[in-house]
Amino acid sequence: MSIYLLLFLTFLKIGSVSFGGGYGMISLVREEVLLNGWLTDAEFMNFIAVAESTPGPIAINMATFIGSTQGALQGGIWGSLLGATLATLGVVLPSFIIILIIASIAKNLLSFKGVKAFLYGIKPTVAGLIVGTGLTMIASAVLGTKTLSAAVNFDYKALIIFGLIVAVSIIYNRVKKVKISPILLIVISAILGLILYSI
Amino acid sequence: MKKLKDLFKLFLTFFKIGLFTFGGGYAMIAILQSELVEKKKWIKDEDFYSVLSIAESTPGPIAINMATFLGYKKTGVLGSIFATLGVVLPSFIIIFLISQFFDAFLKFTLVQYAFKGIQACIGFLILNAGLKMVKKIKSPLEIALLCTSFTALILFTLFSVNFSTIFFVLIGGLVGLTAYAISLIIKNKRGGNQ
Repeated sequence: MSIYLLLFLTFLKIGSVSFGGGYGMISLVREEVLLNGWLTDAEFMNFIAVAESTPGPIAINMATFIGSTQGALQGGIWGSLLGATLATLGVVLPSFIIILIIASIAKNLLSFKGVKAFLYGIKPTVAGLIVGTGLTMIASAVLGTKTLSAAVNFDYKALIIFGLIVAVSIIYNRVKKVKISPILLIVISAILGLILYSI
Repeated sequence: MKKLKDLFKLFLTFFKIGLFTFGGGYAMIAILQSELVEKKKWIKDEDFYSVLSIAESTPGPIAINMATFLGYKKTGVLGSIFATLGVVLPSFIIIFLISQFFDAFLKFTLVQYAFKGIQACIGFLILNAGLKMVKKIKSPLEIALLCTSFTALILFTLFSVNFSTIFFVLIGGLVGLTAYAISLIIKNKRGGNQ
Protein backbone atom coordinates (compact mmCIF):
# COMPACT_ATOMS: atom_id res chain seq x y z
CA MET A 1 0.00 0.00 0.00
CA SER A 2 1.25 3.49 -0.76
CA ILE A 3 2.58 5.24 2.34
CA TYR A 4 0.18 8.16 1.73
CA LEU A 5 -2.88 5.93 1.66
CA LEU A 6 -1.59 4.09 4.74
CA LEU A 7 -1.13 7.39 6.61
CA PHE A 8 -4.62 8.54 5.68
CA LEU A 9 -6.29 5.25 6.65
CA THR A 10 -4.31 4.88 9.90
CA PHE A 11 -5.26 8.35 11.09
CA LEU A 12 -8.83 7.91 9.89
CA LYS A 13 -9.00 4.89 12.21
CA ILE A 14 -7.43 6.87 15.06
CA GLY A 15 -9.84 9.77 14.48
CA SER A 16 -12.90 7.50 14.61
CA VAL A 17 -12.24 6.07 18.06
CA SER A 18 -10.46 8.91 19.86
CA PHE A 19 -13.03 9.36 22.60
CA GLY A 20 -12.17 11.10 25.85
CA GLY A 21 -10.48 14.26 24.54
CA GLY A 22 -6.84 15.26 24.95
CA TYR A 23 -5.00 12.02 25.55
CA GLY A 24 -7.94 9.78 24.60
CA MET A 25 -6.13 8.55 21.50
CA ILE A 26 -2.66 8.23 23.01
CA SER A 27 -2.56 4.45 23.42
CA LEU A 28 -3.82 3.86 19.89
CA VAL A 29 -1.41 6.33 18.27
CA ARG A 30 1.50 4.80 20.17
CA GLU A 31 0.52 1.32 19.09
CA GLU A 32 0.10 2.33 15.42
CA VAL A 33 3.37 4.27 15.13
CA LEU A 34 5.34 1.47 16.83
CA LEU A 35 3.75 -1.29 14.73
CA ASN A 36 4.38 0.61 11.50
CA GLY A 37 7.94 1.40 12.58
CA TRP A 38 7.29 5.14 12.14
CA LEU A 39 8.79 6.18 15.50
CA THR A 40 10.56 4.49 18.41
CA ASP A 41 9.00 4.74 21.87
CA ALA A 42 11.59 7.39 22.87
CA GLU A 43 10.91 9.43 19.72
CA PHE A 44 7.19 9.17 20.40
CA MET A 45 7.65 10.61 23.89
CA ASN A 46 9.87 13.39 22.50
CA PHE A 47 7.10 14.35 20.17
CA ILE A 48 4.45 14.39 22.90
CA ALA A 49 6.57 17.10 24.55
CA VAL A 50 6.56 19.09 21.30
CA ALA A 51 2.81 18.61 20.87
CA GLU A 52 2.19 19.78 24.46
CA SER A 53 4.30 22.90 23.97
CA THR A 54 2.76 24.02 20.68
CA PRO A 55 -0.80 25.21 20.06
CA GLY A 56 -3.50 22.87 18.83
CA PRO A 57 -5.00 19.55 19.92
CA ILE A 58 -2.48 16.75 20.43
CA ALA A 59 -4.19 14.35 18.00
CA ILE A 60 -3.86 16.87 15.18
CA ASN A 61 -0.23 17.64 16.00
CA MET A 62 0.60 13.93 16.01
CA ALA A 63 -1.04 13.37 12.63
CA THR A 64 0.69 16.36 11.02
CA PHE A 65 4.10 15.41 12.42
CA ILE A 66 4.02 11.73 11.54
CA GLY A 67 2.48 12.42 8.13
CA SER A 68 5.14 15.00 7.41
CA THR A 69 8.17 12.94 8.50
CA GLN A 70 6.99 9.75 6.78
CA GLY A 71 5.99 11.60 3.60
CA ALA A 72 9.43 13.27 3.52
CA LEU A 73 11.14 9.87 3.40
CA GLN A 74 9.12 9.07 0.30
CA GLY A 75 9.06 12.30 -1.67
CA GLY A 76 11.04 15.16 -0.14
CA ILE A 77 9.29 18.41 0.77
CA TRP A 78 6.20 17.81 -1.42
CA GLY A 79 5.88 14.26 -0.13
CA SER A 80 6.15 15.71 3.35
CA LEU A 81 3.35 18.21 2.68
CA LEU A 82 1.14 15.55 1.09
CA GLY A 83 1.72 13.12 3.96
CA ALA A 84 0.99 15.79 6.58
CA THR A 85 -2.17 16.90 4.75
CA LEU A 86 -3.55 13.38 4.32
CA ALA A 87 -2.81 12.27 7.89
CA THR A 88 -4.37 15.45 9.32
CA LEU A 89 -7.40 15.13 7.04
CA GLY A 90 -7.77 11.52 8.17
CA VAL A 91 -7.77 12.34 11.86
CA VAL A 92 -10.21 15.27 11.49
CA LEU A 93 -12.70 13.69 9.05
CA PRO A 94 -14.56 11.27 11.39
CA SER A 95 -15.37 13.89 14.03
CA PHE A 96 -16.21 16.42 11.31
CA ILE A 97 -18.76 14.06 9.77
CA ILE A 98 -20.28 12.97 13.09
CA ILE A 99 -20.69 16.55 14.32
CA LEU A 100 -22.18 17.59 10.99
CA ILE A 101 -24.74 14.79 11.26
CA ILE A 102 -25.63 15.81 14.81
CA ALA A 103 -25.87 19.51 13.90
CA SER A 104 -28.02 18.93 10.82
CA ILE A 105 -30.25 15.85 10.86
CA ALA A 106 -29.80 13.84 14.05
CA LYS A 107 -30.06 16.43 16.81
CA ASN A 108 -31.10 13.80 19.33
CA LEU A 109 -28.47 11.24 18.42
CA LEU A 110 -26.78 11.55 21.80
CA SER A 111 -29.98 11.36 23.81
CA PHE A 112 -30.76 7.86 22.51
CA LYS A 113 -30.42 5.49 25.45
CA GLY A 114 -28.45 2.96 23.37
CA VAL A 115 -25.87 5.56 22.32
CA LYS A 116 -25.63 6.75 25.92
CA ALA A 117 -25.08 3.20 27.17
CA PHE A 118 -22.38 2.62 24.55
CA LEU A 119 -20.53 5.80 25.58
CA TYR A 120 -21.01 4.91 29.23
CA GLY A 121 -19.01 1.73 28.59
CA ILE A 122 -16.33 3.47 26.54
CA LYS A 123 -15.35 6.18 29.04
CA PRO A 124 -13.95 4.01 31.87
CA THR A 125 -12.31 1.68 29.33
CA VAL A 126 -10.42 4.62 27.80
CA ALA A 127 -9.47 5.88 31.28
CA GLY A 128 -7.91 2.47 32.03
CA LEU A 129 -6.00 2.56 28.74
CA ILE A 130 -4.59 6.03 29.43
CA VAL A 131 -3.46 5.14 32.97
CA GLY A 132 -1.85 1.92 31.65
CA THR A 133 -0.12 3.81 28.82
CA GLY A 134 1.27 6.37 31.32
CA LEU A 135 2.72 3.59 33.49
CA THR A 136 4.31 1.70 30.59
CA MET A 137 5.81 4.97 29.35
CA ILE A 138 7.40 5.54 32.74
CA ALA A 139 8.77 1.97 32.56
CA SER A 140 10.06 2.65 29.07
CA ALA A 141 11.92 5.80 30.20
CA VAL A 142 13.37 4.35 33.42
CA LEU A 143 14.00 0.71 32.45
CA GLY A 144 14.63 1.18 28.74
CA THR A 145 11.89 -1.34 27.91
CA LYS A 146 8.23 -1.99 28.49
CA THR A 147 8.18 -5.69 27.62
CA LEU A 148 9.50 -8.68 29.56
CA SER A 149 11.31 -10.13 26.54
CA ALA A 150 13.71 -7.20 26.01
CA ALA A 151 16.76 -6.60 28.20
CA VAL A 152 16.36 -4.13 31.05
CA ASN A 153 18.60 -1.10 30.79
CA PHE A 154 18.09 0.69 34.10
CA ASP A 155 18.60 4.45 33.88
CA TYR A 156 18.87 5.78 37.45
CA LYS A 157 19.09 9.38 36.18
CA ALA A 158 15.67 9.02 34.57
CA LEU A 159 14.34 7.65 37.86
CA ILE A 160 15.76 10.68 39.73
CA ILE A 161 14.18 13.08 37.23
CA PHE A 162 10.86 11.25 37.46
CA GLY A 163 10.97 11.40 41.28
CA LEU A 164 11.78 15.12 41.25
CA ILE A 165 8.98 15.85 38.77
CA VAL A 166 6.45 14.03 40.97
CA ALA A 167 7.73 15.91 44.04
CA VAL A 168 7.60 19.30 42.28
CA SER A 169 4.03 18.77 41.08
CA ILE A 170 2.84 17.63 44.52
CA ILE A 171 4.50 20.58 46.29
CA TYR A 172 3.22 23.05 43.68
CA ASN A 173 -0.29 21.68 44.11
CA ARG A 174 -0.08 22.03 47.92
CA VAL A 175 1.36 25.56 47.94
CA LYS A 176 -0.48 27.19 45.02
CA LYS A 177 -3.70 25.14 45.29
CA VAL A 178 -3.75 24.70 41.50
CA LYS A 179 -2.30 22.05 39.22
CA ILE A 180 1.09 22.82 37.69
CA SER A 181 0.98 23.35 33.92
CA PRO A 182 2.32 20.47 31.81
CA ILE A 183 4.52 22.90 29.86
CA LEU A 184 6.25 24.05 33.07
CA LEU A 185 6.86 20.40 34.03
CA ILE A 186 8.34 19.72 30.59
CA VAL A 187 10.68 22.71 30.95
CA ILE A 188 11.79 21.60 34.42
CA SER A 189 12.43 18.04 33.23
CA ALA A 190 14.42 19.34 30.24
CA ILE A 191 16.65 21.38 32.57
CA LEU A 192 17.08 18.39 34.89
CA GLY A 193 18.00 16.24 31.88
CA LEU A 194 20.58 18.80 30.72
CA ILE A 195 22.20 18.87 34.16
CA LEU A 196 22.10 15.16 35.06
CA TYR A 197 23.12 13.69 31.68
CA SER A 198 25.95 16.25 31.29
CA ILE A 199 27.60 15.16 34.53
CA MET B 1 -20.97 38.83 -0.71
CA LYS B 2 -22.27 38.88 2.84
CA LYS B 3 -21.91 35.13 2.98
CA LEU B 4 -18.30 35.36 1.87
CA LYS B 5 -17.67 37.88 4.65
CA ASP B 6 -19.32 35.58 7.20
CA LEU B 7 -17.20 32.66 6.08
CA PHE B 8 -14.04 34.71 6.34
CA LYS B 9 -15.02 35.88 9.82
CA LEU B 10 -15.65 32.26 10.92
CA PHE B 11 -12.32 31.21 9.51
CA LEU B 12 -10.44 34.05 11.25
CA THR B 13 -12.11 33.54 14.63
CA PHE B 14 -11.32 29.85 14.70
CA PHE B 15 -7.83 30.45 13.32
CA LYS B 16 -7.21 32.69 16.35
CA ILE B 17 -8.61 30.02 18.69
CA GLY B 18 -6.41 27.39 17.05
CA LEU B 19 -3.37 29.60 17.47
CA PHE B 20 -3.76 30.18 21.19
CA THR B 21 -4.89 26.85 22.54
CA PHE B 22 -1.96 25.00 23.99
CA GLY B 23 -2.11 21.36 24.99
CA GLY B 24 -5.85 21.18 24.48
CA GLY B 25 -8.33 20.09 27.11
CA TYR B 26 -9.79 22.37 29.70
CA ALA B 27 -7.67 25.49 29.16
CA MET B 28 -9.13 25.48 25.68
CA ILE B 29 -12.69 25.52 26.99
CA ALA B 30 -12.09 28.82 28.82
CA ILE B 31 -10.74 30.41 25.62
CA LEU B 32 -13.62 29.05 23.53
CA GLN B 33 -16.13 30.41 26.02
CA SER B 34 -14.69 33.92 26.25
CA GLU B 35 -14.29 34.17 22.48
CA LEU B 36 -17.58 32.61 21.31
CA VAL B 37 -20.01 33.40 24.14
CA GLU B 38 -18.75 36.66 25.60
CA LYS B 39 -17.05 38.48 22.72
CA LYS B 40 -18.71 37.23 19.52
CA LYS B 41 -22.05 36.29 21.16
CA TRP B 42 -22.43 33.52 18.57
CA ILE B 43 -23.91 31.16 21.10
CA LYS B 44 -25.69 31.49 24.45
CA ASP B 45 -24.02 30.23 27.61
CA GLU B 46 -26.45 27.32 28.15
CA ASP B 47 -26.17 26.30 24.49
CA PHE B 48 -22.39 26.43 24.79
CA TYR B 49 -22.54 23.81 27.52
CA SER B 50 -24.82 21.55 25.56
CA VAL B 51 -22.45 21.73 22.57
CA LEU B 52 -19.62 21.02 24.98
CA SER B 53 -21.31 17.86 26.19
CA ILE B 54 -21.81 16.79 22.56
CA ALA B 55 -18.12 17.44 21.91
CA GLU B 56 -17.15 15.37 24.93
CA SER B 57 -19.24 12.40 23.80
CA THR B 58 -18.03 12.28 20.20
CA PRO B 59 -14.59 11.34 18.95
CA GLY B 60 -12.10 14.09 18.22
CA PRO B 61 -10.70 17.15 19.96
CA ILE B 62 -13.22 19.54 21.55
CA ALA B 63 -12.03 22.66 19.67
CA ILE B 64 -12.53 20.90 16.33
CA ASN B 65 -15.99 19.67 17.29
CA MET B 66 -16.96 23.17 18.45
CA ALA B 67 -15.71 24.70 15.17
CA THR B 68 -17.63 22.20 13.02
CA PHE B 69 -20.85 22.63 15.03
CA LEU B 70 -20.85 26.44 15.22
CA GLY B 71 -19.68 26.78 11.61
CA TYR B 72 -22.69 24.73 10.51
CA LYS B 73 -25.09 26.72 12.70
CA LYS B 74 -23.82 30.04 11.28
CA THR B 75 -23.59 29.32 7.55
CA GLY B 76 -24.23 25.65 6.80
CA VAL B 77 -21.81 23.04 5.50
CA LEU B 78 -19.47 25.64 3.95
CA GLY B 79 -19.31 27.39 7.31
CA SER B 80 -18.39 24.18 9.08
CA ILE B 81 -15.58 23.56 6.56
CA PHE B 82 -14.17 27.07 6.96
CA ALA B 83 -14.36 27.04 10.76
CA THR B 84 -12.76 23.58 11.01
CA LEU B 85 -10.03 24.55 8.56
CA GLY B 86 -9.40 27.70 10.60
CA VAL B 87 -8.96 25.86 13.89
CA VAL B 88 -6.69 23.17 12.38
CA LEU B 89 -4.47 25.38 10.21
CA PRO B 90 -2.30 27.10 12.88
CA SER B 91 -1.11 23.87 14.46
CA PHE B 92 -0.74 22.29 11.02
CA ILE B 93 1.61 25.06 9.86
CA ILE B 94 3.61 25.15 13.10
CA ILE B 95 4.06 21.37 13.35
CA PHE B 96 4.84 21.09 9.64
CA LEU B 97 7.68 23.62 10.06
CA ILE B 98 8.97 21.91 13.21
CA SER B 99 8.93 18.51 11.49
CA GLN B 100 11.31 19.82 8.82
CA PHE B 101 13.98 20.63 11.40
CA PHE B 102 13.26 18.30 14.30
CA ASP B 103 15.71 15.55 13.35
CA ALA B 104 18.55 18.00 12.76
CA PHE B 105 17.71 19.70 16.07
CA LEU B 106 17.87 16.37 17.92
CA LYS B 107 21.41 15.74 16.67
CA PHE B 108 22.83 18.24 19.20
CA THR B 109 24.08 16.38 22.27
CA LEU B 110 22.67 18.92 24.73
CA VAL B 111 19.26 18.75 23.07
CA GLN B 112 19.40 14.96 23.42
CA TYR B 113 20.10 15.33 27.13
CA ALA B 114 17.17 17.70 27.54
CA PHE B 115 14.85 15.29 25.71
CA LYS B 116 16.05 12.36 27.81
CA GLY B 117 14.94 14.38 30.82
CA ILE B 118 11.63 15.15 29.15
CA GLN B 119 11.01 11.45 28.40
CA ALA B 120 11.09 10.76 32.14
CA CYS B 121 8.31 13.34 32.60
CA ILE B 122 5.92 12.44 29.75
CA GLY B 123 4.65 9.21 31.33
CA PHE B 124 3.76 11.18 34.44
CA LEU B 125 1.76 13.72 32.39
CA ILE B 126 -0.20 10.93 30.68
CA LEU B 127 -0.75 9.16 34.00
CA ASN B 128 -2.15 12.40 35.45
CA ALA B 129 -4.52 12.85 32.53
CA GLY B 130 -5.75 9.27 33.01
CA LEU B 131 -6.21 9.65 36.77
CA LYS B 132 -8.29 12.77 36.20
CA MET B 133 -10.72 10.61 34.19
CA VAL B 134 -10.59 7.87 36.83
CA LYS B 135 -11.82 10.33 39.48
CA LYS B 136 -15.14 10.74 37.64
CA ILE B 137 -15.86 7.01 37.80
CA LYS B 138 -18.51 5.84 40.26
CA SER B 139 -20.58 2.76 39.38
CA PRO B 140 -19.36 -0.85 39.85
CA LEU B 141 -19.71 -1.53 36.10
CA GLU B 142 -17.44 1.42 35.30
CA ILE B 143 -14.89 0.29 37.89
CA ALA B 144 -14.92 -3.24 36.44
CA LEU B 145 -14.34 -1.90 32.90
CA LEU B 146 -11.57 0.40 34.12
CA CYS B 147 -9.73 -2.40 35.93
CA THR B 148 -10.14 -4.82 33.03
CA SER B 149 -8.83 -2.49 30.33
CA PHE B 150 -5.99 -1.36 32.60
CA THR B 151 -4.88 -4.90 33.51
CA ALA B 152 -5.25 -6.18 29.94
CA LEU B 153 -3.20 -3.30 28.52
CA ILE B 154 -0.39 -3.85 31.07
CA LEU B 155 -0.31 -7.64 30.50
CA PHE B 156 -0.45 -7.35 26.70
CA THR B 157 2.37 -4.79 26.80
CA LEU B 158 4.54 -6.88 29.13
CA PHE B 159 4.17 -10.00 26.99
CA SER B 160 4.27 -8.07 23.66
CA VAL B 161 0.83 -9.33 22.59
CA ASN B 162 -0.59 -7.45 19.62
CA PHE B 163 -4.20 -6.59 20.45
CA SER B 164 -5.43 -3.32 19.02
CA THR B 165 -6.75 -0.82 21.56
CA ILE B 166 -9.60 -0.25 19.11
CA PHE B 167 -11.02 -3.57 20.30
CA PHE B 168 -10.79 -2.43 23.93
CA VAL B 169 -12.86 0.65 23.08
CA LEU B 170 -15.45 -1.35 21.12
CA ILE B 171 -15.71 -4.06 23.78
CA GLY B 172 -16.17 -1.35 26.44
CA GLY B 173 -19.01 0.16 24.41
CA LEU B 174 -20.64 -3.24 23.84
CA VAL B 175 -20.47 -4.07 27.56
CA GLY B 176 -22.20 -0.76 28.28
CA LEU B 177 -24.87 -1.60 25.71
CA THR B 178 -25.35 -5.14 27.03
CA ALA B 179 -25.68 -3.92 30.61
CA TYR B 180 -28.37 -1.52 29.45
CA ALA B 181 -30.20 -4.27 27.54
CA ILE B 182 -30.12 -6.56 30.59
CA SER B 183 -31.50 -3.79 32.82
CA LEU B 184 -34.37 -3.34 30.30
CA ILE B 185 -35.16 -7.08 30.29
CA ILE B 186 -35.21 -7.23 34.09
CA LYS B 187 -37.51 -4.22 34.18
CA ASN B 188 -39.88 -5.84 31.64
CA LYS B 189 -40.00 -9.13 33.56
CA ARG B 190 -40.87 -7.35 36.79
CA GLY B 191 -43.55 -5.40 34.93
CA GLY B 192 -44.96 -8.66 33.45
CA ASN B 193 -45.14 -10.48 36.79
CA GLN B 194 -47.24 -7.87 38.47
